[in-house]
Amino acid sequence: MKRYSAFAIAREALRFHTGWERAWRSPEPRRRYDVVIVGAGGHGLATAYYLGKNFGITNVAVIEKGWLGGGNTGRNTTIIRSNYLQDPSAAIYEKARSLYETLSQDLNYNVMFSPRGVIMLAQTHHEVRGYQRTAHANALQGVTTEWISPERVKELVPIIRLDGPRYPVMGGLWQARGGTARHDAVAWGYARACSAMGMDIIQKCEVTGVRTEGGKVRGVDTTKGPIDCGKLGIVVAGHSSHLAEMGGFRLPIESVALQALVSEPIKPCMDVVVMANTVHGYMSQSDKGEMVIGGGTDGFNNYTQRGSFHHIEETVRALIETFPMISRLKMLRQWGGIVDMTGDRSPILSKTPVEGVFVNCGWGTGGFKAIPGSGWAMAELMAKGHSPLTADFGLDRFREGRFIDESVAAGVAH
Amino acid sequence: MSVRLSTGGRLIDRATEISFSFNGARLKGYAGDTLASALLGSDQMLVGRSFKYHRPRGIVASGAEEPNALVNMGEGARFEPNQRATTTELFAGLSATSQNHWPSLEFDVGALNAKLSRFLPAGFYYKMFIHPRSFWKHVYEPFIRQSAGLGRAPDSEDADSYEHFHLHTDVVVVGGGIAGLLAARAAAVTGAKVLLMEQTAHWGGRAPVDGGLVDGQPVGDYIDALVRELSEMPNVTLRLRCMASGVYDHGYLLGYERVRDHQPGAPGPRHRLWRVRAKQIVTATGAIERPLSFAGNDVPGVMLASAVRDYLVNYAVSAGKRVIVATNNDDGYRTAIALKQAGQEVLRILDARETGGGALMAEARRLGIRIDCGRAIGKVSGGKRVKKVQICAYAGAGGALEEVACDAVAMSGGWSPVVHLWSHCGGKLTWDAEQAYFRPDATRAPTGADGQPYVVPAGSANGVMMLDAICGDAVEAGRAAAKAAGYKLKKAAAIEAEPAPETPIEPVWMMPRDARVQLRMKAWLDYQNDVKVSDVQLAAREGYESVEHTKRYTTLGMATDQGKLSNINGLATLADALGAEIPAVGTTTFRPPYTPISMGAIGGEARGAVFQPLRRTAMHGWHEKNGADWEPVGHWRRPYAFARSGESVHDAVMREVKNTRENVGLLDASTLGKILVKGPDAGKFLDLLYTNMMSSLKPGKCRYGLMCNENGFLVDDGVVARIDDETFLCHTTTGGADRIHAHMEEWLQTEWWDMQVYAANLTEQYAQVAVVGPKARMLLEKLGGMDVSAETFPFMTWQDGTLGGFDVRAYRISFSGELSYEIAVPTAQGLAFWEALVAAGKEFGIMPYGTEALHIMRAEKGFIMIGDETDGTIIPQDLGLNWAISKKKEDFLGKRAQERAHMTDPNRWKLVGLETLDGAVLPDGAYAVAEGVNPNGQRNTQGRVTSTYYSPTLCKGIAMGLVLKGPERMGEVIEFPGTDGTVFKARIVDPVFYDKDGEKQNV
Ligand SMILES: Cc1cc2nc3c(=O)[nH]c(=O)nc-3n(C[C@H](O)[C@H](O)[C@H](O)COP(=O)(O)OP(=O)(O)OC[C@H]3O[C@@H](n4cnc5c(N)ncnc54)[C@H](O)[C@@H]3O)c2cc1C
Repeated sequence: MKRYSAFAIAREALRFHTGWERAWRSPEPRRRYDVVIVGAGGHGLATAYYLGKNFGITNVAVIEKGWLGGGNTGRNTTIIRSNYLQDPSAAIYEKARSLYETLSQDLNYNVMFSPRGVIMLAQTHHEVRGYQRTAHANALQGVTTEWISPERVKELVPIIRLDGPRYPVMGGLWQARGGTARHDAVAWGYARACSAMGMDIIQKCEVTGVRTEGGKVRGVDTTKGPIDCGKLGIVVAGHSSHLAEMGGFRLPIESVALQALVSEPIKPCMDVVVMANTVHGYMSQSDKGEMVIGGGTDGFNNYTQRGSFHHIEETVRALIETFPMISRLKMLRQWGGIVDMTGDRSPILSKTPVEGVFVNCGWGTGGFKAIPGSGWAMAELMAKGHSPLTADFGLDRFREGRFIDESVAAGVAH
Repeated sequence: MSVRLSTGGRLIDRATEISFSFNGARLKGYAGDTLASALLGSDQMLVGRSFKYHRPRGIVASGAEEPNALVNMGEGARFEPNQRATTTELFAGLSATSQNHWPSLEFDVGALNAKLSRFLPAGFYYKMFIHPRSFWKHVYEPFIRQSAGLGRAPDSEDADSYEHFHLHTDVVVVGGGIAGLLAARAAAVTGAKVLLMEQTAHWGGRAPVDGGLVDGQPVGDYIDALVRELSEMPNVTLRLRCMASGVYDHGYLLGYERVRDHQPGAPGPRHRLWRVRAKQIVTATGAIERPLSFAGNDVPGVMLASAVRDYLVNYAVSAGKRVIVATNNDDGYRTAIALKQAGQEVLRILDARETGGGALMAEARRLGIRIDCGRAIGKVSGGKRVKKVQICAYAGAGGALEEVACDAVAMSGGWSPVVHLWSHCGGKLTWDAEQAYFRPDATRAPTGADGQPYVVPAGSANGVMMLDAICGDAVEAGRAAAKAAGYKLKKAAAIEAEPAPETPIEPVWMMPRDARVQLRMKAWLDYQNDVKVSDVQLAAREGYESVEHTKRYTTLGMATDQGKLSNINGLATLADALGAEIPAVGTTTFRPPYTPISMGAIGGEARGAVFQPLRRTAMHGWHEKNGADWEPVGHWRRPYAFARSGESVHDAVMREVKNTRENVGLLDASTLGKILVKGPDAGKFLDLLYTNMMSSLKPGKCRYGLMCNENGFLVDDGVVARIDDETFLCHTTTGGADRIHAHMEEWLQTEWWDMQVYAANLTEQYAQVAVVGPKARMLLEKLGGMDVSAETFPFMTWQDGTLGGFDVRAYRISFSGELSYEIAVPTAQGLAFWEALVAAGKEFGIMPYGTEALHIMRAEKGFIMIGDETDGTIIPQDLGLNWAISKKKEDFLGKRAQERAHMTDPNRWKLVGLETLDGAVLPDGAYAVAEGVNPNGQRNTQGRVTSTYYSPTLCKGIAMGLVLKGPERMGEVIEFPGTDGTVFKARIVDPVFYDKDGEKQNV
């Protein structure tokens, strides 16, 4: 792999950029790999990357039915934070966040991680208490967060309205080293690094079956023919239930559309990421200048990658309340992704009833921020059979009732 | 130089001059102008700067596809960035400024980027700025952010209003060109209800500009008559300035009507969002011309040939005095002909085709225009406006044959049907190799709930480009839509348009065909985002082979025009670079909106005070007048406390608690959920819903009940009163009312549909007042009516009767530990009843109290609060509420779940009271630490605070919490670190701090 740098750019500029090599190869699949990962989203690619980097396992194929990074990894609003309430969540998200800090250098690909800070607004007494609890938990988890006053919120976000007639801002939970990154670059950077380690990323190749023998995985069937493997990682987000079905087991996952939208680009007016859970909307400004906006999921299951307008309406309405100036901006584009929701809204990183088959899914509406940590932990789980980061995220938790519920802070109003 | 001609202009009214300003300069235009035509009419060629390289840019198009001419418009509360000059109607006093430059449009420091453009190819930022690490956030990124973005951010609250309009209709026809008008009429004559929307301020679309004869009349006249006919049909609604922004599932369509953009400040909403549910949608959205990719195709003065024609015919504005036309199809000739006929000089028509065109070429030649076939533009130079053009052979690398000085270039690369709306909801496209465009594939239309297609493309949006064919296609589309919407068709007379055969296009994706890299690096595909032919080729070389990769890597088509001009050229370039066929490369996904729509319109009327419905109890106004400090609870507002003048909220809360404990307090409890459950199976149903037994409750009695979800977690609590054998009234928490009602309905409708039960949410039917305190009974006795004595009205019973002349239903229940009656009256009498209590209570020292006093009193008493002690992960057993879990019942929601391994784990955290050693108040949400760290390096914990208050009754901090094996550890001291380094030591105690034996509430 030729390294990227300002110097390399200058060198290539002189020959009109004709000398750049491919970021990743596009090989045909081989007959057999030690490990096959299904799904070249961020989580799949990161799993492959850390299998190679941390465990020296490089005879790996990542199989993608479309184009790499084309699932939710390429559709999300790129918020990165680790101010989760429950210990297992905080551990894996903080691992991910800290890996993001050096990911550009690690991959030699600028993923534009920008720790611009994330504020979660508290707009009811109930939320105030919820976030204060989170701040306490974070302090013990080694996650640096801080409860901040409305005045400080205003300082950080000059365009916010604190005293809206319905839900005044009462403060917020602030994670200064949360932020955003460039989603495509995360997928591309991992893909390039995996390819450089000799792994095969096979695009436009759909997995159509999981082959097992005596309760053990043997390989997969794909639209490019059968591929054998020693271990199989299923990392396909909204399509996890399908893949599980191919393996003969079931997952507690529902697939629903989550939407997002961007405004036309404007000059910088908001440096930090703001999430307003009471009114249900969140917003940040991309480096291009677009206001990047997201909200809730549709109330019905589907696979269409587009959603109803009604959610967009609610989200935008909520954000106009919070940032009145956006009323005069225009929505440039709306889109949707199919997110994989578990009952407790926490992911599954687990062994399965089929020996050698592992799943990594259930990241739902918030898995972009987890990509490096999830890949790190999943690689450990697949290589060693256990990982402290995944220990609580096993499938057995649904049977035992050992949920990791993150919706807690937004519980119920009294 | 662009000029206003002294005659012509079908859309302008020369009698009405309009003055406006651009970058502070006062300019003049005419009524009917767009901002773009008025700018061109004033020779304002340079209108903006591009996104990345800050290149000087002029107007290229005449409609929604314009990528360059975006301006800041208006001031203050009516300021708006990124307004497209080509779709902005001119009005008196319009003030616009150009964007994305510093210090000025003419001299932009950012244009340095253009000088460095060789070092800033597609994706350069992925490869740079990696070291040193901290520089990305602190140096590089701020710089990039500052030079990116387009218009300024608005800085004030919007002064305008917006509205939504809901409509059900048979057929929506999108596009008011000849095809849309004909389709609308064809559908309407069957009796179908038709809505026709056109995004511009004029009917007719391109046809009046391009000309032709329909039924023997000039097409412009034909259209005028058609519009008159349609406007007289009662089943047809016509809307101008209304763009269909998106097609969604099941025939849902959004229309975006710009009601007042051309009359800012006039009364009425600025934008109206049409939310339409249509049986059928006809997309007669026309086609958009493609630019040609040659070096310098972004210099101001290089325009689409069709745009040049539009400005000329519609606004009498000529893009230049000496124009060169470059084309690969016959349509480009129309522009040359129109210019020539308007007295402008057309220096050349450069037709890339070796043999040129057909009848239109002959016509141009007859007019004396020089036509060079097999020729192309090698390069345009001029910087801020076109100065000269190098002409070369199309089949070659760009060796200049000739240099011609000129002031404008009209380019035509062929047309692409506008397929966006067709595609939004899954309509597929097919590549028409002969015409070189994607058009809707009729066999793969978007389908509705019934599996039938609901979008019908018509006219050039359907890939039908000739006027005669368009007429037939449009009528067919209108009829098909009406038929699919259930209307009977009658025979229709054929419409005869004069055929005008054209010679086929020859696709040209780079001009000249084998251009050198130096030329390709200056040939723009996406003007706004500065994506050039060389960038797409670079992406392909680096393996970003999927169109989506290329789009994202280069930002092709991601600008505010969403690739209306660039997409097809871009993917043809990609296909070429990959050696693949264009259809194999495919398109990127079309997403709504068609062009950007205002956030204001999306939000609609619901903003500010009416953002969400505000629910008010009958006493809301009284509370407001009496100093209520409001707390939003769901959509309700509840008084947190009633602060008197000069009193802090905290002091008010302390006073309210004390007074209620000593005298008598009043709480507005109307917001608590009241759900009536009735029917022969009501008891059986409630037994399944609650953890305790409700069927055994006797009429006249009350019982506190717990509700869990299927996972066993406690979700709500409240008092159930049995009204009669078949009727129960279930109280829920305020926030739970709607949720619990829905929960009941879900079970009744999906699982227990055989039960004879119905549930009705009566929350708003009753005003409910808690009369609480040792003097509560005296107060009620004073009002007179029902017997409220301890003997006839014992604890946990209810009675109907009168009090002070009001019909009431009174419950003797207590959430404070005091003697307490909750009294319900019909909502209409709530305020009067409340005021009667206040008046009668004066002598007993009555005071209203708010939610915070309520919380403190319940905590003193050790009562749990849903949302405080529970958070969706807590089972009743955690809270010591085992007494409320029936052991006799075979089943209830949550029972099985509560038997799971983790739920019966002896190490669960359990409810206790907590008292700091020094009387301080524990911080809310604090965790109790345990020794050591877990395998992930996180500090071990052994409990947490769930509620914490200063108790004015006990004069110290009290708290409730969940602690590992808590109830077995009474008296033990544990530590709670605050977030600021302080550590609180607290003793584990009984959670009931006040009146442990319940003597007060039972009196
Ligand atoms: C609108 C939106 C906004 C979001 N915002 C945020 C945010 O701000 N912050 C955040 O942290 N998270 C966010 N998320 C969530 C985040 O995007 C996802 O959790 C994360 O990207 C999931 O990554 P993944 O690799 O698991 O899945 P994906 O990226 O979806 O990858 C799965 C891949 O599997 C492939 N696949 C599926 N089936 C097969 C098969 N049979 N054979 C081969 N390949 C197959 C798919 O094509 C896909 O490429 C958002 C999501 C959406 C939709």
